[in-house]
Amino acid sequence: MSTDAVKEARRQVEVCNACRYCEGYCSVFPAISRQRSFSDGDVVQLANLCHNCRGCYYACQYTEPHEFAINVPKVLAEVQQASWQEHAVPQRFAGAFHRSGVAIAFAVVIGFALIFWALKALGENAGGEGFYALLSHTAMVAIFAPAFLLPLLSIGLSLRTYWRKVGGGRIQISDITAAVGSAARMKNLSGGHEEGCNFEDEDRFSNARRWRHQAVMYGFLLCFASTCSATVLHFVFHMPAPYGPLSLPKILGVPGGILLSIGTLAMAELKLRADRTLSDNRVWGGEMGFIVLLFFVSTSGLVLYLFADAGVLDVLLATHLGAVLALFLLMPYTKMAHGFYRLTALVKDAHDQRS
Amino acid sequence: MSETHDIVVVGGGNAGLCAAITAAETGARVLLLEGAPKPYRGGNSRHTRNFRCMHEGPLSVLEDSYGEDEYFNDLLKVTAGKTDENLARLVIRSSQECLRWMERQGVHFQPSLSGTLSLGRTNAFFLGGGKALVNAYYRTAQRLGVEVKYDAHVKHLALDGDQVSKLEYISGSERRQISPKAIIVAAGGFQSNFDWLVRAWGPAAENFLIRGTPYNTGVVLKDLLDQGAVPVGDPTQCHAVAIDGRAPKFDGGIVTRLDCVIYSVVVNKHAKRFYDEGEDVWPKRYAIWGRLVAAQPDQVAYSIIDARSLDLFMPSVFPPIKADTIEELAGKLNLPEQELRATIDAFNASCGSVEKFHPTELDGLTTSGLTPAKTNWARPIVTPPFYGYSLRPGVTFTYLGLKVDENAQTTTQAGLIKNLWAAGETMAGSILGQGYLAGFGMTIGTVFGRIAGREAAAYVN
Ligand SMILES: Cc1cc2nc3c(=O)[nH]c(=O)nc-3n(C[C@H](O)[C@H](O)[C@H](O)COP(=O)(O)OP(=O)(O)OC[C@H]3O[C@@H](n4cnc5c(N)ncnc54)[C@H](O)[C@@H]3O)c2cc1C
Ligand code: SF4
Ligand code: SF4
Repeated sequence: MSTDAVKEARRQVEVCNACRYCEGYCSVFPAISRQRSFSDGDVVQLANLCHNCRGCYYACQYTEPHEFAINVPKVLAEVQQASWQEHAVPQRFAGAFHRSGVAIAFAVVIGFALIFWALKALGENAGGEGFYALLSHTAMVAIFAPAFLLPLLSIGLSLRTYWRKVGGGRIQISDITAAVGSAARMKNLSGGHEEGCNFEDEDRFSNARRWRHQAVMYGFLLCFASTCSATVLHFVFHMPAPYGPLSLPKILGVPGGILLSIGTLAMAELKLRADRTLSDNRVWGGEMGFIVLLFFVSTSGLVLYLFADAGVLDVLLATHLGAVLALFLLMPYTKMAHGFYRLTALVKDAHDQRS
Repeated sequence: MSETHDIVVVGGGNAGLCAAITAAETGARVLLLEGAPKPYRGGNSRHTRNFRCMHEGPLSVLEDSYGEDEYFNDLLKVTAGKTDENLARLVIRSSQECLRWMERQGVHFQPSLSGTLSLGRTNAFFLGGGKALVNAYYRTAQRLGVEVKYDAHVKHLALDGDQVSKLEYISGSERRQISPKAIIVAAGGFQSNFDWLVRAWGPAAENFLIRGTPYNTGVVLKDLLDQGAVPVGDPTQCHAVAIDGRAPKFDGGIVTRLDCVIYSVVVNKHAKRFYDEGEDVWPKRYAIWGRLVAAQPDQVAYSIIDARSLDLFMPSVFPPIKADTIEELAGKLNLPEQELRATIDAFNASCGSVEKFHPTELDGLTTSGLTPAKTNWARPIVTPPFYGYSLRPGVTFTYLGLKVDENAQTTTQAGLIKNLWAAGETMAGSILGQGYLAGFGMTIGTVFGRIAGREAAAYVN
């Protein structure tokens, strides 16, 4: 772990603890006020609570050129990033995809190639309808079940070491519901006054990032629910794809895909406007690459839905599934990880508030 | 340029911004000249956290009620009667409507911060602190068409009989002259002007630290007083508190305050005690400690506690100096070892039972046979590690200002100055002749800023 970043964060957090003016913005400052000294784990936990809304930066009377040089959003973003890399399993992939959008693109291309090869090699006698005419359901499950479950396992292992690092104890159901409730409303991007954060236009408060993030999150969850519903229909009710426009997978998936496409585009646009010196600039490319990947996954899915009858189905399918494969496999090593860490940090925070 | 603005506001802190917004709301064309560059805009107002607000019932984040008389009595207590009752009551009464007005301009409030519960009923806290308030006001002012110039130092207002005819300022390397119809001065006090402080206070002032902005140098105040504007407030006094001696010369702000004194033994550079550290609870005593430390050799003192007291007060920006023995601590603090040992030993020997020690109440634990006595929280300093903080006087503001009437209008001996108004610290001496009431500075600035804006606009429109 980059101990310099942790040290610097600790210095800044101690200034904040003597000041406390930002207590109303988010969960970070009340968590600071509960303590007097901060272990490495405490600092990492604070970092993972920070949503980089920047409210505290513009409100701070000690930002540069002041000698106290406070820039909480930046230093916490750096610690947060370092903590994800430190806890990543396996360590081999820890940094590359976080940092580099090009690496992510490269992963998509490999995903495409793999799927395309699978189509050619296994597709001959797939025998199903629709997509399954190109790649059998069994083959898809054989590829995607491990591609989804192994990264999840990796994240689970990471979260376990995270929990130990930050000194997490026994939790209650109420801690989890509190955390999910906070994430569901993106409470920490409300600015404490529901006017939002200071992300894209200096000290002007706006809910733009909050709503756009929600579009991405709920869009993604709808798409995920769509896939789950299809799996249930297939295995439990023996109703294989293709599904009609009024089926559950479509009712969830189409609006989800649209929401995710629009949300990611809007997020990318916002990110282009935001001041890069208030975040961890070293991973800007990787974060942008991840947004583009999400956009690519949802949009290629929609295209596939609209043009399922076109002649290039195999290329379209390989493109979409290749991107999905990359998204899944890179889950622990891209910005995707933030959702898991954030939720865990919120659970820990709910726990700490209680005790 | 002189033709394009009706009103020029000098100083972009709370008072100047309230004046500029109020004037611009009427359609007047306003130019705001702020001496600081943009990152430091907002003067001392950027360091504040709350304002004191009268309320007859629950109001926004304020619970219960805080009536005019109670408020006025609180003011009387701290000023020992040195206040203009008429103006003071005007400020107090107007504060109530200010809160909603401030919210409309984009200021957000929050319940009192942790560690400041005693102010929860009387003071409304700014969400994000004073800089967030200042940011909101700049946004609103600019939306209303106020032109803002940073790094614009006003040097001279030419007083011609009963009005100001010209204003001179330096912007970058350029000297400019304009003749607006009306001018509002909201440029704070002179506490950042060390030459002036030394003249007023004596050479000891060289060692003072300034808690707020380095840009309040009193240039406009002196310029106007030299031309016959009527002054108000004691020219030799400033409000000073004891802060961490390691704080920067300027702009250290709230984080440099130290709340450890009442649990400690305070010595001067000769390791001698000089005052009762436990006289009263800290919020009632922190202001006198500025003076006490200012009267010690080299204007420095050292507050010494043991491990048992470390967690009893709000943390401050710098960690304390830590040592396992009193002698080692003396070495680290550059104090004479034997004298410190003797002072601590004498103090420890004079302490009685500590059973009733109570950190948040006057616990009556007093020393016996010690001069000066410590009359509360007298608990021996025996449990290592020992901690020490250096203390220096930190100046908040100066009292000398421009005398104004209830319309914020300034005056010479000959009568009112027709087109010159003043608001904020620049005229606060009219109301606060002595002492300080937490949150009252922002209240004076908001109320008088709005009055000045209103009056100047009425004059030009
Ligand atoms: C650390 C600290 C904490 C405080 N906390 C509180 C609190 O919580 N509540 C409270 O009520 N009060 C508080 N105060 C007092 C409060 O800051 C002042 O009463 C209030 O800010 C005064 O507002 P103002 O607009 O008159 O002056 P300022 O906010 O100081 O503004 C004066 C402005 O004038 C500008 N200026 C000066 N000279 C010139 C020139 N020649 N030309 C152009 N511009 C010039 C300066 O750059 C500055 O921006 C605190 C003070 C300090 C130092
Ligand atoms: S970010 Fe600045 S204003 Fe906010 S709590 Fe920290 S030191 Fe205070
Ligand atoms: S950037 Fe936002 S979320 Fe992060 S600490 Fe500051 S106010 Fe809180």
